[in-house]
Amino acid sequence: MSAAPATLPWFAAHEFRIAWRDWLAMTTGGKRVRTVVLVTVLALFYLGLHLLANALMSPWIASGIGPDKETLVLVTGTGFLFWTVMLSQALESVTRAYYSRSDLDLILSSPAPASRVFAVRTGATAFGTIILACLLASPMINVLIAHEGLAWLSAYGVLAGFGAIAAAISVLVTVGLFRTIGPARTRLVAQIIAGIVGAGFVIGIQAVAILSFGNMNRFQVLQDPAFIAAMPDPGSILWLPARGAMGDWLDVLLVLLFGLAALGLVISLTSRSFATHAIAAAGVSAARVQQSARTRPFRKASQRHALRVKEWKLLARDPWLLSQSLMQILYLFPPALFLWVSYGQSAGTYVVVIPVIVMAAGQLAGGLSWLAISGEDAHDLVVTAPIHPRAVLIAKIEAVLVSIAVVFAPVLALVWIASWDLAWVTALFVALSASSATAIQLWFRVPMRRTMFRRRQVASRAATISEALSSIMWAGTAVLAAGEQWLALLPGTLAVVVLIVAWAISPKGKRV
Amino acid sequence: MLSQYALAISGLRKSFDRPVVIDLDLRVKAGEFYALLGPNGAGKTTILRMVAGLLKPDAGSISVYGIDAQRDPVAAKQIIAWVSDEPMVYDRLTPLEYLEFVAGLWRIDARQAERHANELIDWLGLRPHANERCGGFSKGMLQKVALAGALVHDPRLIILDEPLTGLDAGSARQVKDVLKQKVASGVTVIMTTHILEVAERMAEHIGVINHGRLVAEGTLAELRARIGRETTLEEIFLDLVAQKEADLAAEAAA
Repeated sequence: MSAAPATLPWFAAHEFRIAWRDWLAMTTGGKRVRTVVLVTVLALFYLGLHLLANALMSPWIASGIGPDKETLVLVTGTGFLFWTVMLSQALESVTRAYYSRSDLDLILSSPAPASRVFAVRTGATAFGTIILACLLASPMINVLIAHEGLAWLSAYGVLAGFGAIAAAISVLVTVGLFRTIGPARTRLVAQIIAGIVGAGFVIGIQAVAILSFGNMNRFQVLQDPAFIAAMPDPGSILWLPARGAMGDWLDVLLVLLFGLAALGLVISLTSRSFATHAIAAAGVSAARVQQSARTRPFRKASQRHALRVKEWKLLARDPWLLSQSLMQILYLFPPALFLWVSYGQSAGTYVVVIPVIVMAAGQLAGGLSWLAISGEDAHDLVVTAPIHPRAVLIAKIEAVLVSIAVVFAPVLALVWIASWDLAWVTALFVALSASSATAIQLWFRVPMRRTMFRRRQVASRAATISEALSSIMWAGTAVLAAGEQWLALLPGTLAVVVLIVAWAISPKGKRV
Repeated sequence: MLSQYALAISGLRKSFDRPVVIDLDLRVKAGEFYALLGPNGAGKTTILRMVAGLLKPDAGSISVYGIDAQRDPVAAKQIIAWVSDEPMVYDRLTPLEYLEFVAGLWRIDARQAERHANELIDWLGLRPHANERCGGFSKGMLQKVALAGALVHDPRLIILDEPLTGLDAGSARQVKDVLKQKVASGVTVIMTTHILEVAERMAEHIGVINHGRLVAEGTLAELRARIGRETTLEEIFLDLVAQKEADLAAEAAA
């Protein structure tokens, strides 16, 4: 690092070096083969996303894109969708800046100004947010550039401006929470807000589509003539970001300048309080004492029951982990709403909700399985206990599957009201999807502290990808099986192949 | 069949990137306090983790009170307790709930476990915190909870890996007192420590490990006799380690 010590560039270089090495260690483990495999898989995946974007957007592009109200509404709506993801991501990153300890104790105990660390970390949050949004949106933007010309490059500038705005708002929300509800609750509430913001807009427009149009197409609202007619004229300031994304360089410049100015202003206003809040956050875990509700006599329990009860207690008592896992249930709201408003219609109407339910079951089971199987804080204790390792795993799997059954029983009951047969099919594929995700977590288990939950997806990319693929395949199988189509055998077979491949590449036989 | 040895290790081997434990033979008599010493990276923790069933040996045998720990690990674990320097405690459970969970894992009768847990809670001075979740506890309190967990199932062999690391003088004294009382009641204790005064004062037998091999073993008097002068355990330890380093250097040169 050539910059003068404790200056902004010096801190920035330090943060960048740590983040880069951390990312490399997580993704490649320092192995050349893994690096090559990772780059190849990511490149293929990225290419696939471009092909998918091209297929989805071609009809729209062919119909002609101009600065008319229809296009501005659709671009703004889609952009807002990305911005909610950016805001959600920024909120999580800013909260981490206050709560993650790592080197913060060292820096805060040094004579270096804490405000500089904060400025660098907020800047890094904005940068990370912008990169993520650009990566997510790039297949669509690149397809537009390929079809409509380089003017669409300016969309990246708009994303950068909105990334900065998201980071600025996140800092304001976090500091506001610190001041209003205190450091003990800020982390949890910020995580919940992040989850709701991330899923809120998607779920919201889907809910409006269900209530207004009777289907689950979230873009239906943005293409509704009545909705478009009610919107302001194309010259309105509301469409400034959309016009900027479509190539109006003055509008892009305005969005960028506004975003950077907002971020700079928020950093300068809040950076002085960073040390105070970070120290308060550190004091939370050290000083917080939670009493158990009551003392009750020890209960007679089998070894497996003791393990199950322990898992349920730990899950119920960790609101942060619970919110991280249950956030996926938010996505069950639209299908539940759809079931509700479609009550009394033919069974065929309900088929559209089955894949959502099956996917959600797989994802939730994956998260809970990781917590129960890999996220064991007293790994040594459980391994040194006089119980067969298989019995430990069975107990933990039981704990997960019972939790899944409790969460999904009300949704299945709604399906059952509509159609007995459909309920059975849904229940079967919920069970298959949840069991597959659990099995994958079992094969790829690596003992970690439960607080490492956020890193589970990067701890084993193979497990994450297998889990997602199996959920998708079971969801596809479920919807085709519900329609009594033989084609269901295809995704069903692929799901089994995914499981076989996952089992084959999992690190078997390396554990006690 | 009752064995006179609480632990009998023979031909034990374990390698990671390099050999960590090499053809180790070790015997610990039932009811004694055995201190396993060695410099950092000597292989002490690896040996004890293999005994506790946390690592698989590459070769060799481990017998705990006559039970083959590899052939019947569940039976061996039933009489072993493992305490590491990092307390294995759940943040979201109270000490009493933790002890109930441990008792469940070791299949201890609920009423007997509750009585014993409460005795341990009092004994270790945890009563005021018995119904508080462990998340806010200090390192010393967590270590005491972990120790209570190790004792609640009445083990016959207690294995401790650096149990005094990070403890204040008062907590360290409490842990040592508990261990002394356990040895007095016939329990075997095997402990690794870098605090040589503790080993000197408490251990009946001392083993010194270096580069995965047992380089010396015996009572303090026997070890003194071996180096030929009346001195502290620290001096003996440094002498033995230096001697082994010199031997290895000579081997490498040859």
